[in-house]
Amino acid sequence: MHTPTYLAAELRLPTNWLDYTILGIYFLVVLGIGFAARRSVKTSLDFFLSGRSLPAWVTGLAFIAANLGATEILGMAANSAQYGVYTTHWYWIGAIPAMVFLGLVMMPFYYGSKVRSVPEFLLLRFDKAAHLLSSILFAAAAILIAGVNLYALAIVVEALLGWPQWVAIVVAGAFVLGYITLGGLSSAIYNEVLQFFVILAALIPITVLGLKSVGGWDGLSDQLTSARGDNFMTAWGGTGIGSDNPLGANWLTIVLGLGFVLSFGYWTTNFAEVQRALSAKNLSAAQRTPLIAAFPKIFIVFLVMIPGLVAAVLVPRIGTAGSDLQYNDAIPYLMQQLLPNGVLGIAVTGLLAAFMAGMAANVSSFNTVFTADIWQKYVVKDREDSYYVRFGRLITAIGVLASIGTAFLASSFSNIMAYLQTLFSFFNVPMFVVFIIGMFWKRASMKSGFWGLLAGTTAAMVNYFYIYEQGVIDIPSDQGANFVSAIAGFVAGAVVMVAVSLFTAPKPQAELQGLVYGTRSPGMAEPPAEGDDAWYRKPALLGWGAVILAAACYIPFSF
Amino acid sequence: MSDHYSEDDLQKEITELETKSATAARLFDIRRIIGGLFVVYGVIVMIAGFTASDADIEKAAGVNINLWTGLGMLILGLLFLLWLWLRPTPPPPAVPEDKDASTP
Repeated sequence: MHTPTYLAAELRLPTNWLDYTILGIYFLVVLGIGFAARRSVKTSLDFFLSGRSLPAWVTGLAFIAANLGATEILGMAANSAQYGVYTTHWYWIGAIPAMVFLGLVMMPFYYGSKVRSVPEFLLLRFDKAAHLLSSILFAAAAILIAGVNLYALAIVVEALLGWPQWVAIVVAGAFVLGYITLGGLSSAIYNEVLQFFVILAALIPITVLGLKSVGGWDGLSDQLTSARGDNFMTAWGGTGIGSDNPLGANWLTIVLGLGFVLSFGYWTTNFAEVQRALSAKNLSAAQRTPLIAAFPKIFIVFLVMIPGLVAAVLVPRIGTAGSDLQYNDAIPYLMQQLLPNGVLGIAVTGLLAAFMAGMAANVSSFNTVFTADIWQKYVVKDREDSYYVRFGRLITAIGVLASIGTAFLASSFSNIMAYLQTLFSFFNVPMFVVFIIGMFWKRASMKSGFWGLLAGTTAAMVNYFYIYEQGVIDIPSDQGANFVSAIAGFVAGAVVMVAVSLFTAPKPQAELQGLVYGTRSPGMAEPPAEGDDAWYRKPALLGWGAVILAAACYIPFSF
Repeated sequence: MSDHYSEDDLQKEITELETKSATAARLFDIRRIIGGLFVVYGVIVMIAGFTASDADIEKAAGVNINLWTGLGMLILGLLFLLWLWLRPTPPPPAVPEDKDASTP
């Protein structure tokens, strides 16, 4: 399982001056956005949260783009080439319910309490120990994940364009560093919105041409069913408990591990995502941020899954010893085979933009947590506001340098997506359990937050490094192991929180206003802004609409 | 900041920062950038489509993909510019004259 991710050398793209012109224009625009956003940065709130003033469509598209990094695109195409239509689970059950829950249920507490970050919410709800531990865990995870993006970028760019790895790392790192230190979160978010559209412009031609080259959807479906078995083209086939399927997971681990624990942990408590919603201009816009993002998320699966499936048809032995191509090569391979110069330049630009956005989302959330949660609260307190803006710019530079260092850790995993999900099971899942219990159970005591977080993180790591890697229990794949780690982390965190709560003092009622379900904070009382009462801006309608649409999408792949 | 950090402290701090914030007043409208970039890309890629060789079209499963992608990008860019024209950026709320741009 653990072989390096080097892309095959013959994937070199036939790029010419036209493609490089398109790429060059993009890099100029990226930096231009940074310079233009610079004049809007006056306070630390501007730098870290865009002054809580962006419209919902901008934060919503940034929310989805922060998730649509190149690791997601290449990784989910790899997943599809390896596991087939099971990939849809990461979207329809593994994203939509959690995104809707974030928007409808959790956002009033996040946005209304005016916290600047997810750990800061834990400071209000629990105590300093929980706050500091979650801040440090998040900062570490953000740097690790930014490193994954950077490493993956270097490998892909070396294979596709022939740039040495260090050139790709320095160029991408310098541009991300440049636009975030200049314009802060506004600049990161604006670039994410732009990247969202460039990525679509890159993926749609690949998907359309890929389908055409294998005889349309029917041709794709027939060839894969005969080559990989009946279950490959279904979402739920072969997922009965005890039956064998390529994913190594059954319906229960899919629903609980992926659909509930991993997905809620990622979407509702991962600050790299939640930060986009916290920068919205009012509560209604903050609630709509993940809901607006949910609709593209439902359909993006086709743009990554179909290229992966097409690659599995065109290169039947992809990912096995019989082929030089790894699963991660699916999309680069189609780019090389199908795209002429011009669209090829758009696709290369989209891929590089996606790498940079995936990294920038993590860097811009890291600098906020490190400055507002660690530095300002425990190290250098009570300085003037402009000091923290300067410190935020400095720590951005340090964060970019540190992520170059962590890039090499990613090299030991063959499936980038599996590595990311492993990190999420370590870091996001325990955070989620602490959140969900703290938000819905008033009795959860001040001390229970810290111990729940510690126990959950430890349990997920013990499951992965000891029970799975040492083979104590036989779990067939990395992904299957991640689902189990997630469930183990969730259960351990929950049990420890309840136990500690029963023996320690609860937080006084008066201090829980607006932090626990059933209470309200002053920030929630604001009247809706003009125009926000239009029917298409009603959060409940958007949210339930997304859930129903996602459920309906399962129908053609279930029978 | 006292040892005990409460929600009231935070509400006060953020509300004060919100009144000084400059993003709403000074941040440009991203629709202009998206519109502009996609119009430029659309034109470039369409030109590549008009001058496509037979080899280019054969490579792309018989489709003149540059032409279609370029057209799609051009339309998207124009739609963003149209949206900006129909619903211009709302005028910034009145803010007090900025005396301390970023000096401490």
